[in-house]
Amino acid sequence: MAKKAPLEGIRVLDFTWAWAGPQASLILALLGAEVIKVESRRRLDHSRLRSLVAGPLAGPDESFIFNTLNLNKLSVTLNLSQPRAVEIAKALAQISDVVMENMRPGVMDRLGLGYEALRALKPDIVMLSSSAVGGSGPERLYTGYAPTFAAMGGLAYITGRPGGRPAPLMGAIDLRVGSTGAFAVLAALYYHQRTGKGQYIDLSSAEAVSALMGDAFMDYTMNGRVQERMGNLDQVMAPHGCYRCRAESEWVTIAVGSEEEWQSLCRVLGDQRLTEDERFADGYSRRQNQDDLDEIVGEWTAGRSAQEVMQSLQSAGVAAMPVYDGPSLAQDAQVEARGILTEVEHPAMGKKRVVGPMWRLSKTPAAIRRHGPLIGEDNDYVLGQLLGMSQEEMARLVDEQVIY
Amino acid sequence: MTRQETTERALEGIRVLEYCDMVAGPYCGKLLADLGAEVIKVEEPPAGDRARRRGPFPNDIPHPEKSGLFLYVNTNKLGVTLNVRTATGRQIFRRLAQEVDVLIEDRPPGQMKAWGFDYEELSALNRQLIMASLTPFGQSGPYRDYRCYTLNLHHCSGHSTQFFIAKYLEPGHEPLPPGGYVGEYDGGLNTAIAIVAALFGRIAIGEGQQIDISKHETLLGLERVDVSRFADSSGASARIGMPVGGLMECKDGYVILIMPQDHQWKGLVEAMGNPEWAQREEYATELSRTQHTDEIQPRVAEWVSQFEKEELYHLAQSHNVPLAPVRSPADVFHWQQPQQRGFFAEIEHPQAGRLSYPTVSYKFSETPWRAERAAPLLGEHNEEVYCRRLSYSPQDLARLAAAGIV
Repeated sequence: MAKKAPLEGIRVLDFTWAWAGPQASLILALLGAEVIKVESRRRLDHSRLRSLVAGPLAGPDESFIFNTLNLNKLSVTLNLSQPRAVEIAKALAQISDVVMENMRPGVMDRLGLGYEALRALKPDIVMLSSSAVGGSGPERLYTGYAPTFAAMGGLAYITGRPGGRPAPLMGAIDLRVGSTGAFAVLAALYYHQRTGKGQYIDLSSAEAVSALMGDAFMDYTMNGRVQERMGNLDQVMAPHGCYRCRAESEWVTIAVGSEEEWQSLCRVLGDQRLTEDERFADGYSRRQNQDDLDEIVGEWTAGRSAQEVMQSLQSAGVAAMPVYDGPSLAQDAQVEARGILTEVEHPAMGKKRVVGPMWRLSKTPAAIRRHGPLIGEDNDYVLGQLLGMSQEEMARLVDEQVIY
Repeated sequence: MTRQETTERALEGIRVLEYCDMVAGPYCGKLLADLGAEVIKVEEPPAGDRARRRGPFPNDIPHPEKSGLFLYVNTNKLGVTLNVRTATGRQIFRRLAQEVDVLIEDRPPGQMKAWGFDYEELSALNRQLIMASLTPFGQSGPYRDYRCYTLNLHHCSGHSTQFFIAKYLEPGHEPLPPGGYVGEYDGGLNTAIAIVAALFGRIAIGEGQQIDISKHETLLGLERVDVSRFADSSGASARIGMPVGGLMECKDGYVILIMPQDHQWKGLVEAMGNPEWAQREEYATELSRTQHTDEIQPRVAEWVSQFEKEELYHLAQSHNVPLAPVRSPADVFHWQQPQQRGFFAEIEHPQAGRLSYPTVSYKFSETPWRAERAAPLLGEHNEEVYCRRLSYSPQDLARLAAAGIV
């Protein structure tokens, strides 16, 4: 018998789009919730159309981005500019436990789908609104994407080479915001489970980024000091860097955090310049003279592959890992052994490899059960089976572009 | 009492034992504690969590009770000391594990088993126990026992500039990681998600379970879009060109401008005062703009350079243009938006004093965040936990301390 998924029986009505919101509902979907994505051809989810990095895509049902961010979800097409579509969305909210959205603050209210309206229909609904800087405050209408969230929240400032320009951060920032939203929804659902009470959650993407660098704010509130860009350096550890390997584009990271690890590094490198020099005699001196130290370590890595460096140092108990570029990461031995990449059959694109669930739960596992839906793929199930609409009515609503 | 002090919190009633160090595991414990779970943090005497020895410290003077890192990731917890390298210490640990719903641990794989604390043994004492293990590479695979600091983690999990934004990589320079401990915080957040999921699982199946979290997998998951793109390497197409915008320099720092949609470009043209050069038909759509980035970018950059970053932010946003200043931690702290939302809150700590802390990015209407207590002093709640809950007498506690067990 198949194992139960932890969120089996929980239904989520999902108005999110782009990357951050869909990551939040993806997490719930991988954990077994039934997630119904409401979308429309009138205003397609832009992850069906384009990527900031990869450019325009072949078509709305041929987006590897949409696929990986919407696994396990169902798609229903409702054109919310039509009042009848809003009524249908309300009927779906009434049979859902959670509603999620990441439109600009105020849009759901104008559509008649705001928290107060939905609460009137379903008093114990849990609703998440995720926005750039939060749904309250003077700048609530300001918009953004992952790179601007990282810039506003402080993480871009502390990312980059010492003395260099800040480095933009990309899509993973959206997914961090989404993970934060998923955690908040899970906590609210747990409270609902215990008390029967729903609630509203207002999430700020910029604040979600700031929460992941809290220690940098403590430096400011304690010392009035602004943490600057450190590149690959550490405040105290040395060596702590990114070193070039034999092949031109290959790099390896090495970090030494204790005397024991330093001794092991020296044993593996077997270089007397490390063991006989006062400048490298203790942790403090090594940090003070890290440039000279890096030169010696770099000479050693330059004659080896990243894999060789990793294996020889790790077998001596020193933290050394290759820097992966995209293609090499997919071939990594750990990725292979843990089966992190899973093949999913997609009706329009064929077999696609995607990252599997990020949690191994021994008794109620998360799982990929289905591809990211084609647009409107589940209209029959959602509107017919869940809401009991007849085929004739659905056909009429398609003609009227309510289902669109 | 104010209303806020009387409201319930979302995870009230959940009891958690945290046996973790530094950032990732403690951040997981903090996320649960901040929402009302009772988290008992176990630290090894005499020095405790390594984060106590990592800065920032007030005036850079190291002090185990004043690390800003430790203070931030350990709010709202109880703290006890326990030396599990002693037989009595291990016995006490087992008793603690019997009393809780959740155990979070981050020891190297195999270490807990060696002490007699693996899931099989602990679940025999407490069928309801959820045990979450959070390690760099998880509990299996060839890298299981590998050491991995934050630097290594970021670069081997797809979060290096080398991974997909090579275009930002200046030729000849080394790849760069994201700043701070972000990948560690990610691991903590991801574990917290799994723990609440397992609380639901427990309702469904009537018992606890084991959770294996790998930080490496957590970070791969956060780059799931680009990992998929490269996994099916045919998808790794190069862009036709760079879009207009990105990181741009202004008078007092940098801004980031991202405007894939055509209406956003129109907004920018308006904000620039409808200059003649921007009216060309080829600039009207995203695709054609990208083919003319070389012409457009210097013009926009020149315009941007005349402003201060906050001034430009408000101007651009008033035209619906997604542009943001690159804010330093100080800029974020003084920014009106999080200030008015109450994102920073003061917490009083007996040794570090009254300081502002970042709180949570999610505002709950029914169960709001609140600071119940600052991070625990080393062993602050030994008496509370060992005497009042496990019924050791004060004399026992004194003997345990003398024997170096607590």
